[in-house]
Amino acid sequence: MSDQVKDEQPIIIARDVQKWFDNFQALKGISMEVKHGEVIVIFGPSGSGKSTFIRTLNRLEEHQRGTIIIDGIELSHDVRNIERVRREIGMVFQQFNLFPHLTVLQNITLAPIWVRKWSKDKAEEIAMQLLERVGIPEQAQKFPGQLSGGQQQRVAIARALAMQPKIMLFDEPTSALDPEMIKEVLDVMVGLAKSGMTMLVVTHEMSFARAVAHRMYFFDEGLIVESGTPDQIFKNPQEDRTKLFLSQILEH
Amino acid sequence: MKMTVIPEVSAPPAKPSVAEWIRKNLFSNWYNSLLTILGATAVFYTLVNIITWAFKTADWHPITVAPLLFMVGQYPREELWRVGISVLMITFLVGLSWGIWKHYVRPFAIFLAILMGILAIFPLQTPTITLPIRAFMLINPFLIYLGYRIGKLRSVQGRYVASLWLVALLLIPLVILPGFTNSSLLPKVQTTVWGGLLITLLLSVGGILLSFPIGVLLALGRRSSLPVVKWFSISFIELVRGVPLVTILFMFSVILALFLPTESRIDRVIRALMGIVFFSAAYTAENVRGGLQAIPPGQVEAAKAVGLKNIHITSLIVLPQALRLVIPTIVGQFISLFKDTTLVYIVGINDLLGMGNAVLKLKPEFLRLQMEVYLFIALIFWVFSYFMSYASLQLEKALGVGER
Repeated sequence: MSDQVKDEQPIIIARDVQKWFDNFQALKGISMEVKHGEVIVIFGPSGSGKSTFIRTLNRLEEHQRGTIIIDGIELSHDVRNIERVRREIGMVFQQFNLFPHLTVLQNITLAPIWVRKWSKDKAEEIAMQLLERVGIPEQAQKFPGQLSGGQQQRVAIARALAMQPKIMLFDEPTSALDPEMIKEVLDVMVGLAKSGMTMLVVTHEMSFARAVAHRMYFFDEGLIVESGTPDQIFKNPQEDRTKLFLSQILEH
Repeated sequence: MKMTVIPEVSAPPAKPSVAEWIRKNLFSNWYNSLLTILGATAVFYTLVNIITWAFKTADWHPITVAPLLFMVGQYPREELWRVGISVLMITFLVGLSWGIWKHYVRPFAIFLAILMGILAIFPLQTPTITLPIRAFMLINPFLIYLGYRIGKLRSVQGRYVASLWLVALLLIPLVILPGFTNSSLLPKVQTTVWGGLLITLLLSVGGILLSFPIGVLLALGRRSSLPVVKWFSISFIELVRGVPLVTILFMFSVILALFLPTESRIDRVIRALMGIVFFSAAYTAENVRGGLQAIPPGQVEAAKAVGLKNIHITSLIVLPQALRLVIPTIVGQFISLFKDTTLVYIVGINDLLGMGNAVLKLKPEFLRLQMEVYLFIALIFWVFSYFMSYASLQLEKALGVGER
């Protein structure tokens, strides 16, 4: 799969990113470069800073030290830069976070209409194509509360894709789902990865990592402990903490 | 694998028959039967007493002699057509809204049509209710229906009707009713002669419509990251909430007049309205804040993540959800506001209650008829208040679709 990765300027550059919540240091200096079309899986124990890190990439969390450059735009206090970056990054949350007062179709078309200033017709046409792609076009007129968890998460993916982002962030997208619904969401994500989307995925679904990840990062206590290709990580982990964690999540 | 077939069991009957219900709930044993009979007797005698009082003993003359006083106070009778035009405008708009927003408005439209119809044919032996007035009343139900038919047309859109409402609600209290000093068509009518239900509705509708947006802004301001906005909102809310409405009304009607030079004096009804708006806005702000706090942070994060600007996050994501949550409290607060407008009586404005007191002093023989007058006023307040809470329930039901 690495042949899809274009050899050029990285689309995401993070250098020594540090972040504190009051006196607790959640990120102790994370550096990472991601190229166009790469699929990155980030895993690690809870509280290791993996969610916090991907949330700094679209400035849902503010980093206090270090540099983040997305597609050539540096994230700082400049609100216009933040808005530009957010337009290029789609995000999928653990709790779906669909807007419950809007229909599925309205959830998807909202940002294209208000941010991209598309006409309603154009936005709806593209929304229907995306719903087709995630396999639930028949749910367009329903409200999120009427859908199953797996369907809601697929709508959330469609909503993020509607802005035609260059990067997609997934923050534990399957952790809140019943087991029988995990596969339908992972299938959509695998399809997306194969289409060449740049993806950063925080997940413990190792089957997904094996299938499509180019690189994996193991986070612990706000630091990157180890990184490498799925082959290296699964077959020949170097660090004891990685081995221990993998043995814990792969046991069952 | 062998499957055991579980026989289907039909659900128990949803509703017992009337006879069964009576036996089960009213006559299940000897003391229940006794209580039922005693209770029924008590209810029966109370009803009989109330009905005989209402139709035989009670003297409804204060109301039948001066129904117009209760409705518009001393508004000059030769200028009454202006009130009439205003009512026609509103009934037509109610009809239009019924055609567009269907079930949201339907109960109110039907209620208004029936009320106007009843008032038109209600037997009152009084010369003030002339045939033209009755004819005018009778036009209203038809006008509502006409509006409904027009509103149903596809070319009529909601935003046109909304802007018509805005125009009417500005035109009626600011142009049609007060008029102008040098106008022959619309001569000036001082607010000192406005009164009755007209004032009550003006103050409560004005109070609700003005205090709601101010309250929402204050609630948002209280959560703002700008310190000036935040502290202004907090001090406004806490100051106003710490003072009784009566005090605020006094402040606006007396103290404001003392500080302002005589020539720039604000009309006393407007001063009272300002007091009511201030008071209600502070409470609305706190109620709305409750709704804002109930919105999970994930909603804002998701909205940020798709690139929405702050103003759109607030107006498209946060407020619609927060306001839906607080409909019951806000409507409850508006019902209180509607009833609290009677307090303007103490600053010398003759609202519905004030007019009732004035009517009692009209003739010496009316003085002992307080019961009748106050009951009549209470009935009017009850009808409107009940209607507001009914409408709120309808709104909640209609907006409840797809709630999680």
